[in-house]
Amino acid sequence: MALQDKYKELLDAAKASGVNNLQAIEKDGVLYVDGEAPSGAVKDQLWDMYNKIDPNFLAGDMVMNVNVAAAAPGAKAKVTTEKSNLNIRKGPGTDQPIVGKAAHHSIVTLVSKTNDQWWLIRTDKGEEGYAYAQYLTPEG
Amino acid sequence: MKKMLTAIALSAMLFYLPACKGKVKDADVKTAVEAALASTPGYSGLMVDVKDGAVTITGEVTEASAKTALQSTVSAVKGVKSVLDNTTVMAPPPPPAPDIAADDPLTKGVTDALKDHPGIKATVNDGVITVTGEIKAADWRKVKMALDGLKPKKVDASGLKVK
Repeated sequence: MALQDKYKELLDAAKASGVNNLQAIEKDGVLYVDGEAPSGAVKDQLWDMYNKIDPNFLAGDMVMNVNVAAAAPGAKAKVTTEKSNLNIRKGPGTDQPIVGKAAHHSIVTLVSKTNDQWWLIRTDKGEEGYAYAQYLTPEG
Repeated sequence: MKKMLTAIALSAMLFYLPACKGKVKDADVKTAVEAALASTPGYSGLMVDVKDGAVTITGEVTEASAKTALQSTVSAVKGVKSVLDNTTVMAPPPPPAPDIAADDPLTKGVTDALKDHPGIKATVNDGVITVTGEIKAADWRKVKMALDGLKPKKVDASGLKVK
């Protein structure tokens, strides 16, 4: 239970901020935290606390898989790459051919969520394909 | 002589009568003990055996605290002379195991997550992602988020330099 104590502040904050299906399992020196955050802001807040407790996440004693509640199909998402355009691929994986690009900071439509890493999207130009979910921020 | 024997027998009966009156039947004790156990959580499915007021309890209780309290719960029942606690405490259910992805999907996911970060490398072995190289703190946060989302056993960044 040592790690539950180390990350107690974070776990308490997750509970208080309405993270759904929150689960913390400690096994072989690693704390596995799973759950569904009500918003991207809550997820960011939890990662800020993680960074405070374990600066730069170097201890390797926690795997925090807290997702943001799935946006409904048809919802809009903003392309939040650093500055480049976002590749749209034929399938979910960087080994898949690029079939289009979504412009930096443009708004795309979420068609469906393949998994936590890849979403099927459609641009306003009608291009459809898979994009890396990390660079997509659901609107609203 | 016959009269005399009858008198002895009668007086013997009289002598024993009050003793008989105060004695509770074993079957009644059993029923009462079973009722007492049924009204207490954690004692379901226990076997009760009574012989001359001596109660033996066998079976499994859910928790150690339930076993501790068993003696007093049972001895409080009317007619119980002694309690032999032969119960055992159930083994606690195993803790839930974390959900760890297999190496193949992990490797694929790691490739995707590191594509835009050429400064770092990662290997996957038995669920453990080992990251090495040099990366900016803000980028590492994004990468770590992505890696944790792949359900690894561990993300070992001890060989990583964060600028």
